[in-house]
Amino acid sequence: MWSSPFISAPASVSQIMLRVIFAMVPGIAMYVWFFGPAILVSITLASITALATEALMLKLRNRPLKPFLTDNSALLTGWLLALSIPALAPWWLVVVGTAFGIAVAKHLYGGLGNNPFNPAMVGYAVLIISFPAHMTHWLTPHGLEGIVLSFPDQLNYIFHGILPASTTLDALTTATPLDTLKTQLHLGLPVNEIRDMPIYGHLAGKGTEMVAIGFGLGGLYMLYARIISWHTPVIYLGTLFAIAGLFHLVDPASYVAPTFHWFSGAAMLGAFFIFTDPVGGPTTIKGRVIYSAGAALLTWLIRSYGGFPDGVAFAALLMNICVPLIDTWTQPKVFGRKGDGK
Amino acid sequence: MRTLYRFHGGIHPEEHKLESSEAPARRAPLPKKLILPLHQHIGNGAKVAVQVGDKVLKGQMLASAQGMISAAIHAPTSGSVTAIAQHPVPHPSGLDGLCIHLESDGEDRWIERAALDFRAMPKPELLDRLRDAGIVGLGGATFPTHVKYGLPSGQRIDTLVINGAECEPWITTDDRLMREHADGIVRGIEVLRHLSGAGEVLVGIEDNKPQAITAMRAACAGSDIEVVAVPTLYPSGGEKQLIRILTGKEVPSGGRPTNIGVACNNVATAYAIHRFVDHGEPMISRLVTVTGNVRTPMNVEVLIGTPLTEVVECAEALPGTTGYILGGPMMGLEVDDLHLPAVKSTNCIIAKSAQLFPPPPPAMPCIRCTRCAQVCPADLQPQELHWFSKAKNFGKTQEYHLFDCIECGACAYVCPSHIPLVQYFRFAKSEIWQREHEQQAAEIARERHEFRMFRQEREKQEKAERLAQKEKAAQAAKPAVATPLPVAAAANADPDDTLQMRVDADIARANMQLRIDAAAARAKEQAAAAQPKNIDALTPQQQAEIAEIEARRAKLREIASDAGADDEPPKQI
Amino acid sequence: MISALWVMIGISLVLGAVLGYSAIRFKVEGNPLVEKIDAVLPQTQCGQCGYPGCKPYAEAIAKGEADINLCPPGGEEGIHKLAELLGVEFKPFGEGKGPRAKAVAFIDENTCIGCTLCLQACPVDAIVGAAKQMHTIVASECTGCELCVEPCPVDCISMQAIPEDISTWKWPYPVFAIAPVRNNPQKAEAS
Ligand code: SF4
Ligand code: SF4
Ligand code: SF4
Ligand code: SF4
Repeated sequence: MWSSPFISAPASVSQIMLRVIFAMVPGIAMYVWFFGPAILVSITLASITALATEALMLKLRNRPLKPFLTDNSALLTGWLLALSIPALAPWWLVVVGTAFGIAVAKHLYGGLGNNPFNPAMVGYAVLIISFPAHMTHWLTPHGLEGIVLSFPDQLNYIFHGILPASTTLDALTTATPLDTLKTQLHLGLPVNEIRDMPIYGHLAGKGTEMVAIGFGLGGLYMLYARIISWHTPVIYLGTLFAIAGLFHLVDPASYVAPTFHWFSGAAMLGAFFIFTDPVGGPTTIKGRVIYSAGAALLTWLIRSYGGFPDGVAFAALLMNICVPLIDTWTQPKVFGRKGDGK
Repeated sequence: MRTLYRFHGGIHPEEHKLESSEAPARRAPLPKKLILPLHQHIGNGAKVAVQVGDKVLKGQMLASAQGMISAAIHAPTSGSVTAIAQHPVPHPSGLDGLCIHLESDGEDRWIERAALDFRAMPKPELLDRLRDAGIVGLGGATFPTHVKYGLPSGQRIDTLVINGAECEPWITTDDRLMREHADGIVRGIEVLRHLSGAGEVLVGIEDNKPQAITAMRAACAGSDIEVVAVPTLYPSGGEKQLIRILTGKEVPSGGRPTNIGVACNNVATAYAIHRFVDHGEPMISRLVTVTGNVRTPMNVEVLIGTPLTEVVECAEALPGTTGYILGGPMMGLEVDDLHLPAVKSTNCIIAKSAQLFPPPPPAMPCIRCTRCAQVCPADLQPQELHWFSKAKNFGKTQEYHLFDCIECGACAYVCPSHIPLVQYFRFAKSEIWQREHEQQAAEIARERHEFRMFRQEREKQEKAERLAQKEKAAQAAKPAVATPLPVAAAANADPDDTLQMRVDADIARANMQLRIDAAAARAKEQAAAAQPKNIDALTPQQQAEIAEIEARRAKLREIASDAGADDEPPKQI
Repeated sequence: MISALWVMIGISLVLGAVLGYSAIRFKVEGNPLVEKIDAVLPQTQCGQCGYPGCKPYAEAIAKGEADINLCPPGGEEGIHKLAELLGVEFKPFGEGKGPRAKAVAFIDENTCIGCTLCLQACPVDAIVGAAKQMHTIVASECTGCELCVEPCPVDCISMQAIPEDISTWKWPYPVFAIAPVRNNPQKAEAS
């Protein structure tokens, strides 16, 4: 017995996920341009791990492989995770993070559509808590220190942990712009002096700002293709801008400009790719507004006062917890019930 | 220019209207045999008014309306009634329903027809005439028209909305009708306006039917009927949605348009009313779009009861046809074979083929993307309804207003996970109805049981009192001499009952046993003999009793089916 | 370390106090439990649970004397409802007990001798008739408890299954195409 309707729009889960993945390409291109191709290696690693873990979990859970492996959701998780951790991370870091995200955060909660937390963010959180040291090996953008690791050397480091004799890890990597900002602020330097340091560019960190712009471009494409609704990115970035702007106005010496927040860390990635994740997000429009605003507030709080360099992942996880409540509270009025209270 | 309002959501499925909308409507050849289901409308089925073997004329009433919400059924052609029997009817269950089988004599001879001066007629009488002419809404829900206008006092209608939106893909019957019979439709609208007393009449037509709009505007020239082009957006032809677009008012949840002073009818209904009022023709035919995988898609005027096979033959199904959809692709139902009659709600037959209607990809889990909620014209959260229906958490589905769902299918259309959302909702709705029904039955059973216990208690007390009095009287006469008996197994005997009562009970029991034995023997005898019916020779008293029981049964049935009828989902698209 | 311990202990004490307070403050008055249980039972009054009717069974459940899986007419759905109401685990039917298809009693009116025995047995007065006259069953009132079948001396009462027709037909549960349907198809049918 098949029930109407007998026609359906051409969209499908795998196609939507594929488009999201496609939208990451500009950001990744920027990444490669400024930091070298190491990121491609971690993306590949993450993809393979994601698919393998997904397949394994599906087998264990006695689910058919084909529809779920081709839905591209695991791939998306892998890419997101790879983009959130340092490119020069050892191979097992990527593998452990991805596998944990897919196996625990996704499949133990019931697989596609049922995971309350964003698997990539769970993977990231586990890594940053368990291996904080490895999570600081962010590559220095090209053109800053003059030392550029060749691709084979990068591979050698990722897989064997061996660096060319002539260099050290410290020479290759820097703290992220956000991290540096935080440390320097602690040391008592005013913001404008910190911003004069060579790692900073016009908007935020050199290189990273361009990557963020890349992700923003991808996000605009998703908005144009109606893959995501505008509410999440607009409210998220808007709230972040408002809070950061307010504090920056009041005390420009201790609080950076809002644009700095926009273009550093994972804010852009979050606005378009992480907070828009439908599975862990709220389902009502009002709910999305609350969710994004809350996420922005948390991002800013963690960045400004928290112990971690970036706040996006934890903001996502914390807001994920609130989703059922937000959803229940923000049920829209149903047709023909506008008059009465419910 | 009128301000138009918006309803939430909506979709733009491929229209596929041009295939069938350009050719003039044709008349289907007269079928040899017609099958007329008694239940062609919402509400009670019609009551058979003919007998097998009767010769009937075209337009003669075969079954009359029964109960509040019901409508009559007429002979679509002249011929004879060959059977009143079960036959498959168009219904998602594929089950049978009671039908009148009519064999046509090929003469197509009409009963006497006369035009009606509707303005000179009292309103209730006109409504009765509409009921007896079998006029029901042809927009899809087949709600008897006379019921819509039989308003409780105090309600009035300000606006009459005539629905010519026809938003479902593929279907073009209303389009064709408006192009070819705009004048007739306007005549029908006048009758409806007279009935409703509405000051304002709005005809809503989707702007993908420019010729129909032109034709209707021409026909309405000089009158104050306003023909409004509404933007093409499925499901703008939904009654509530169209009313919202045209007037900005929302029909309250669970309510009817009349609650907000609006009445809504389909253009085809208006035309049917015109045929009846001006020509005396009851509802015996309708336009049906035959399209899809057929050689010549078109609209056919079909007598109600025509086997669908013959309807499809007009357009010739092409090889590769895998099945048929009755109604549109968004809300219709799928049938495998066509041994079904055309009924008053049959507006379209689409021949399916693998290219036109590829089988749906397997359903994936919901990814909470809320595309469904974005298109839902009822502002529902289909994903929530889906989770709760899937988990059979029916209480929650109602909390999330499952019954405000009009089953338009927009949500399932856009769902990237291809979840059969509407089927989940239909499943949940029918489960809830059944449960409510069971709950009611349990409630009645409980009451009856409690009453029975109360009655037994009372009877026991009365008996005890009577006995006590008797005993007193006896004791007054002479001292009682009684032998204690072993404890009797009388049904209601209490340990502290008097002895006398036990004796009574015992005697009663013995008597009863005797009677039973005799009866059993008699029954055996009877069975051995040629089983004379014990309902043959009845005393008048018994007959009265039987009549009473029958009446009670009929009433109960009516109540039951009434309750069922109210539950029907509104689905006028 | 010690301070963390104190904090934890403090939190648990506070939460415990809140819970305890609310348990007292919002205590449900009286014993509507029997009524609540009774409302869930199907009111068939068949006695198949081993109690002389639904209410006595409800009382027994409320007192904790009876299990929740004894009522066949209620089906598994009924056990689920009871389990939910009482906050206990679902329990399948015991051996030999199980839901049966819905049916109504039917008196063969040619054979009925009017003994009134069935009339006395029917817990919901669904049989009408008087002594020595033909009896008949009001199908819409009959709960299908079968209590009238046995007393009939001439065996003229039979149980007739209620066939599915258009008015009682239900939309089937959509088959979830990709996940292998492992989880208890029986349940899907029962409810
Ligand atoms: S079928 Fe129901 S839930 Fe789905 S879009 Fe239509 S009204 Fe909304
Ligand atoms: S459209 Fe489908 S997948 Fe998306 S939320 Fe609705 S039911 Fe879930
Ligand atoms: S078994 Fe019969 S008497 Fe007992 S609770 Fe169930 S329906 Fe009532
Ligand atoms: S008629 Fe028979 S089966 Fe029906 S309720 Fe009465 S005793 Fe039970």
